[in-house]
Amino acid sequence: MLKLRRFLSDYKLQLIVGPLCKLFEAVLELFAPLVMAQIIDNGILKNDTGYVLRMGAVLVLLGVVGLSSALVCQYMASYTSQGAGTKIRTALFRHIGTLSHRELDEIGTPALITRMTSDINAVQANVAMTMRLLLRAPFLIIGALVMACFIDLKISVIFFVAALIIGLILFLVMTKSLPFYKKIQSTLDRISLISRENLSGSRVIRAFSKQKTHEENFEQQTEKLAKTSKRVGRLSALLNPATYVVANSAIVLILYFGAGQVDSGALLSGDIVALASYMTQILLAMIVLADLVVLLARGAASGARINEVFEINPSVKELASKDVIPKEKTPKIEFRNVSFSYGDGDSELEDISFSIDKNSTVGIIGTTGSGKSTLLSLISRYYDAASGEVLVDGVDVKKYPFKQLRSNTAEVPQKSVLFSGTLRENMLWQKPDATDGDIWSALRAAQADGFVDTLDKEVVQGGMNFSGGQRQRLCIARALVGNPSLIILDDSFSALDFATEKKLRKNLCARENTTIIIVTQRCSTIMNADKILVLEDGRLEGQGTHGELIKNCPAYREICLSQLGREEAGL
Amino acid sequence: MNTVKNLLRYIRRYRLMLLLALLCAVISVGFSLYIPVLVGEAIDYMLGKGMVDFGEVGRVVLIMLILITLIAVFRWFMDFLSSVVSARVVRDLRNDLFRKTNTLPLRDIDSRAHGDLISRITNDVEAVGDGMTQVITKLFSGIVTIVGTLIFMLMINVWIALVVVVLTPLSVLVAAVIGKMCAKSFREQQRLQGEISSYVEEIIGNQKVVKSFSYEERSQAEFEKQNKKLFKAGLRAQFAGALANPSTRFVNNMVYAATGIAGALTVVSAFMGTLTIGGLSCFLTYANQYTKPFNEVTGVLTQIQTALAAGERIFNTLSAESEPDESDKMKLDNVRGELEFKNVRFSYSADKELIKNFSLKVKSGQQVAIVGPTGCGKTTLINLIMRFYETLDGEILLDGISTKGINRDNLRQKFGMVLQDSWLFSGTIMDNLRYGNPNASDEEIIAAAKMSYAHSFIRKMPDGYNTKLNENAENLSAGQKQLLCIARAMALDPPVLILDEATSSIDTLTEIRVQKAFKKLMKGRTSFIVAHRLSTIKESDIILVMNDGDIIEQGTHDELLKSKGFYYNLYNSQFIDS
Repeated sequence: MLKLRRFLSDYKLQLIVGPLCKLFEAVLELFAPLVMAQIIDNGILKNDTGYVLRMGAVLVLLGVVGLSSALVCQYMASYTSQGAGTKIRTALFRHIGTLSHRELDEIGTPALITRMTSDINAVQANVAMTMRLLLRAPFLIIGALVMACFIDLKISVIFFVAALIIGLILFLVMTKSLPFYKKIQSTLDRISLISRENLSGSRVIRAFSKQKTHEENFEQQTEKLAKTSKRVGRLSALLNPATYVVANSAIVLILYFGAGQVDSGALLSGDIVALASYMTQILLAMIVLADLVVLLARGAASGARINEVFEINPSVKELASKDVIPKEKTPKIEFRNVSFSYGDGDSELEDISFSIDKNSTVGIIGTTGSGKSTLLSLISRYYDAASGEVLVDGVDVKKYPFKQLRSNTAEVPQKSVLFSGTLRENMLWQKPDATDGDIWSALRAAQADGFVDTLDKEVVQGGMNFSGGQRQRLCIARALVGNPSLIILDDSFSALDFATEKKLRKNLCARENTTIIIVTQRCSTIMNADKILVLEDGRLEGQGTHGELIKNCPAYREICLSQLGREEAGL
Repeated sequence: MNTVKNLLRYIRRYRLMLLLALLCAVISVGFSLYIPVLVGEAIDYMLGKGMVDFGEVGRVVLIMLILITLIAVFRWFMDFLSSVVSARVVRDLRNDLFRKTNTLPLRDIDSRAHGDLISRITNDVEAVGDGMTQVITKLFSGIVTIVGTLIFMLMINVWIALVVVVLTPLSVLVAAVIGKMCAKSFREQQRLQGEISSYVEEIIGNQKVVKSFSYEERSQAEFEKQNKKLFKAGLRAQFAGALANPSTRFVNNMVYAATGIAGALTVVSAFMGTLTIGGLSCFLTYANQYTKPFNEVTGVLTQIQTALAAGERIFNTLSAESEPDESDKMKLDNVRGELEFKNVRFSYSADKELIKNFSLKVKSGQQVAIVGPTGCGKTTLINLIMRFYETLDGEILLDGISTKGINRDNLRQKFGMVLQDSWLFSGTIMDNLRYGNPNASDEEIIAAAKMSYAHSFIRKMPDGYNTKLNENAENLSAGQKQLLCIARAMALDPPVLILDEATSSIDTLTEIRVQKAFKKLMKGRTSFIVAHRLSTIKESDIILVMNDGDIIEQGTHDELLKSKGFYYNLYNSQFIDS
């Protein structure tokens, strides 16, 4: 929680003035009984009706001033808490944007989303309540303690002991319940994960008629949550009664020892009345504090979870801040003895070396899981190679700022994802200032102009209002807007029929000054490529043209013959 | 107020517990109101130096100790019970919402922002729970306090007590006015919260795409725009909610002043009955206590408003139209696998008809391949067979029975389906493979995995079949995911098989082997295959060539090639490169 305090630094004024206003209101509130006493002493005893009315007016005035200062505090608390929450949200969103693929895989989307939403909300509520209550309660407590000391030093020992014990109870309950709140939040993560899965898999779930299973699974989690809430409820329900017992036992002690003091003449009975009422005041303040403690415990758990994300450093770091100047007469892409593995396990890629000439078309083929996508992800530096070098335009990818490296490369991912908004908004991802004309020409090149009537067409989340093949073509079009110099297609024709694919490929190859990398399962897609890379189990089994490979590379030959006749394969 | 009524329906299930909580509140608050009286009594036995009745003081103190213990115990029960009730209501609401998402028509699920729905299940329910705990504890002890102090006050002076009673509703009125005022801003806040959740869901969920387009800064800008809107709405809602507490406290202070003045004047001139000075001071204490509960309830008004706005969203979802209940519809046991389309018409949107008057008869045991350009309606046919969407007109018959007359779940169980979008859930690989057939033995599952050529890569995973997949199975490639989906369908061993581009991400060598395995598995059973790679469907009994929602050609591979039509061109397009 404390680690998040930097987000409050802009609200110093509000943080000081707000609680002070609240304090002022509390002080005024303490005045009211004194004025009332004056009314009794001077008004009633002297039968002065005028005085009663005048003092009555003072009471009203106190109320008005109290109200206005409280309102100032409420506004400042609202402003500060909402402001801080907004700042945390912005910063966390930005931070998540800097994380690399490895960290994103590890934390997982749902955990990040609950942190962005409910955790930040909890912290926000915390700030508001703290500002509104934190000063007021201790002020009332300390005030009561001081007054007790003035009345009788010996009896005030009871006050200090009682206050100490109550403080201890608050501390214990807070520390004991913290782990429960953490558990509650992680169960919530799980609940949102299951909900999300249930929505994304609705077709499959229904096809298998497994709704019941998922419901049971979900209910297990909500049951767990209910149980944990019950346990923490049992604990935090202790707060109120425990403080009550301590405070009232203290009153009993005051009466008991006070009786002796009165008997010996050290105190008057009126003093005992005062002492008892001060203790009650402490109790009331402590109850407020106890509520605040429960809230703080929850907020602290959320704060810690938010902070966890802030403390994750991206494994792939942006090392350059200035754009580099690409070299002229070099291959577009070069891999030099590159090896890579995702975790500690077997290496995904082993000692890969190849080069891709500028403005050439290169195909990458290989069995499922042979490392094709992994290889692509090193070009845009989503991961860093374990050893070896990856060069784009003759410069090591580590020397590029991310933006320069990635915005010159247009990628079409395996999974066709569109974003909610209009079609035009989606098409502006690659080049924000593209004209409608640019977009239409990209759509035409991607064979997507046939089913698009208007760029204002609404796209729902994930692009689910388009068919799989349509989505794929829109994703290709999205990448083509702005004439990027490097286009990477990761199995991006899989949902297209051959005729459509062929037209599309023809359009792509006709582009000038463009290097194209195509990962595919289909031989026919890359037969005419300038170069073909054959991957097998993370190793480069061969590279060359179709004609060379079909003769020299057994792995390639096998793949081709599985799809084409001997004649068609050129044997 | 509908939200409240709906919530009460959920709370009512735990009315026994609530009643108990109320009882505990009555006892603990009632006793605690009596404590000041005891304190006063004890003090009355200490008249001054040498005039203290220790025996009586001791007796009173003893009674106090007993009461304090009782108060504490009952107070604990009250707090505990109310937290249990709200935890259970939260659980019930979540379960019902979740179940609801399973009965919403797919048309709804496809068109809704998932993030918003999830936010309802998580954040909104949470807000309702928080609000409820507050209301139960504060309301109960509040009611008892009000009734208790009222009785004490009436006992002292009826007239002035009436002044308090008449004036206090003012604070309720103020609270109500403020509540009405801020309900709108709370609804707005909650709506924006859902919106921002959707955005976060979309962008963070697709962070990899975002990175590939260097879109981070632009999404940040959009996020900040939404965040700013949320800030404004949040500030308005929070402040409006926070107005309530000081305002009612102000009203209460005014009540205190009025009571004081009226009381003082009564003492002086007896214009409202009689009152002693001691009586007045006692009266003021109670008047103070009487107004406290009003204050406490308004103190949590922000939370209550948030809860109400959240509750409204929850019940909106819960009252959305579900797929009709079909538990009384026919359930089939054994299916031969004859399928017939009779004059089927369908469209996703009213302005464009996709499938017009489609008819087809498939005999049991036939392998039917559906080919055609993208967007020609192949997947739509599958959607209709599975009743993910309902036909607008015409019918689909399974073994001569209209599928609309068959129980939806029962119908779907007859089909093994592998879709282009591979969906796996987070769990172990074994759990995923056993999905359709929970009773399958490990050996059967492994056999299915071997048949689908997934066995070798599964074995290479860190924990083999027990490897945990994370959400969206990000630790697998698209092809591997498809192999798992195929193995899952094979383990199910269904009467009818539907493969919708099921092998599109798999390399062709594996694909051919998988196809062979399917062929063996589906011997004598009906299957539908949607494919682009024509090499994989050459052997099919019927090939349907679709274009623009119509069947334009049908026949075997050889027949279709001979007729030199659409299929012929399609088939040859994969070899001839212009």
